[in-house]
Amino acid sequence: MTDAEPVIRMEGIEKVYRTGDVLFHALRGVDFSVNHGDFVAVGGPSGSGKSTLMNLVGCLDRPSAGRYLLAGHDVSMLDADARSFARNRLIGFVFQGFNLLARTSALENVELPLAYRGTSSRERRDRAREALALVGLGDKLANTPSQLSGGQQQRVAIARALVTDPKVLLADEPTGNLDSRTSEEVLEILQRLHRERGLTIVLVTHEADVAACASRSVIVRDGRIASDTRVANPRVASPSAMAESSAAGGGA
Amino acid sequence: MWWMALRLALRSLLRNKLRAALTVLGILIGVAAVVAMTALGDGASTSIERQMSALGVNLLWVFPGATSTSGVRGEVGSRPTLSEDDSDAISRELFNVQAVAPVLSVSSQVVYGSRNYATRVTGSTPDYLRVRAWTLSRGQPFTDADQRIAGRACLVGETVRRALFDTADPVGQTIRIGRVPCQIVGLLAPKGQGSFGQDYDDTVVMPISAVRARLKHTPGRDVDQILVSVREQYLMARAQEQVSALLRQRHRIPEAEENDFTVRNLQDLMATLERTRSTLSALLLSIACIALLVGGIGVMNIMLVSVSERTREIGIRMAVGARSNDILAQFLVEAITLSAIGGVAGLALGVGAGAALGKAMEWSVRFSPVAAVVALATSGGIGVVFGFFPARRAAQLDPIQALRHE
Repeated sequence: MTDAEPVIRMEGIEKVYRTGDVLFHALRGVDFSVNHGDFVAVGGPSGSGKSTLMNLVGCLDRPSAGRYLLAGHDVSMLDADARSFARNRLIGFVFQGFNLLARTSALENVELPLAYRGTSSRERRDRAREALALVGLGDKLANTPSQLSGGQQQRVAIARALVTDPKVLLADEPTGNLDSRTSEEVLEILQRLHRERGLTIVLVTHEADVAACASRSVIVRDGRIASDTRVANPRVASPSAMAESSAAGGGA
Repeated sequence: MWWMALRLALRSLLRNKLRAALTVLGILIGVAAVVAMTALGDGASTSIERQMSALGVNLLWVFPGATSTSGVRGEVGSRPTLSEDDSDAISRELFNVQAVAPVLSVSSQVVYGSRNYATRVTGSTPDYLRVRAWTLSRGQPFTDADQRIAGRACLVGETVRRALFDTADPVGQTIRIGRVPCQIVGLLAPKGQGSFGQDYDDTVVMPISAVRARLKHTPGRDVDQILVSVREQYLMARAQEQVSALLRQRHRIPEAEENDFTVRNLQDLMATLERTRSTLSALLLSIACIALLVGGIGVMNIMLVSVSERTREIGIRMAVGARSNDILAQFLVEAITLSAIGGVAGLALGVGAGAALGKAMEWSVRFSPVAAVVALATSGGIGVVFGFFPARRAAQLDPIQALRHE
């Protein structure tokens, strides 16, 4: 795969859920591509199908129809184990609820994807340390999630997503459980990773000021992509600036 | 994969120590029960075997008197209807008989120096040792010559020796039996306890003629019982019939009347005892197995709880690349670890409890390594069987659902 080829290429993706005799079309023919080094925000109201789209992009689920090439590999028809393999090799997840293993140190949480890869424990440790340092938590290796603030937990989650060197980082409402100041911290890290390391990021959010930090904005509505625009001047996330305006934007 | 699963299993169990301990307890009790019951059953079987061989070789036991309870009759052995002539006839006329020993016994005080001891003095022939499969640990048996002259020669049992001589060698010493001085010519090898608690070694054996003439002072040829050793095990029933027929003929018993003697096949009695034992052991063992089964269900139960509690964890693991086999291994190994710990602890407890019980109740116990291996393998197997269903349930979770699980 060359950099010119899209990391994500979805063509005519459909997803139908069946509840008893009722069919529900969550996605009705979506074409969606993400190029290498893109920072895409995916927005849309709840029930629009954006969660379904994200589950498909993240190989957590399989489309009912259509073709999905992830980093050049057709992943649309893979079984559960093969999708696990694809997630492990190609995708890094950051979730709204952090989803760290409780009572497990930050270091071990970050090591987890590598453990399922069969990486040696020494190399796992080194890479996990490196990833935690990258998100500014080099001094919190032994802390368990309950000993970390929400923002720190989300940074551990980002480190866990980065440690495998994924083709895409998939962030699903990563600031949804955070106050505005820590949200800015997380967004700042994502922007930095995008800028400095050329990381491809797909960020799902329903908040406009979060979406504004991306360089491209996609809106999903009624199972279709309603708009797909370049963001001319992405907002630069800044926790310090946010602190001043928190009276205005804190409630979001 | 398995190494990682083992580490995860141990960590998870350590996090829920009480819960893990209670689950382990279920398996532990089951395994301990199986181990202890097997040991007790095997022990009982061994002791019955030992008693059978202590009784003698293919032994028929002839008593005077009938066993029948119809009509007014004396108890078995109450009327002296057997004599040494009967004994000689059995020996002479029945080909299937290997050896015959008439027995006339008397209770008596035996004295050596300043010590004395009350025991049973058995008068018989030199064949007595052969019939009872008894050997001498020292000295010689008395001889046919002693028999003819009512010789004052005797053999003492281990218990009698301990009472009179402590550890000293009694052979060649002279003891007094009642008022009769008597030389010890041999020491009987120890036989131990009988099936009903009697001590076989608490006895003195001497020529039947000497017992009759010097201790009982009775004329005639009456004996208390006749012991008959049959040539082969499979001839026992036939020999029993032949002995009966011969004695009926000798005692001139009309066809309609009952025997005035009883022929008992003690091997049959022991076989019945053994059957009872094995039925009882099977019963106890099946109860123990039920305990083990319940323990296994406990493992399954707790694993299901564990899987449902950790649904989100499973989702996280799957999201970052765990395959269904990784998850399966994680929970299966956890279940196996639980029950294996229970198995090892149960084995230790079972051995301890079996030994303690055996000691307290004076039962013999025998631990076989096979039973230990089987118990351990079974507990591991229980982990696999009862852990598989919950583990598979975990492995088949949908990562999206699992991640959404609260």
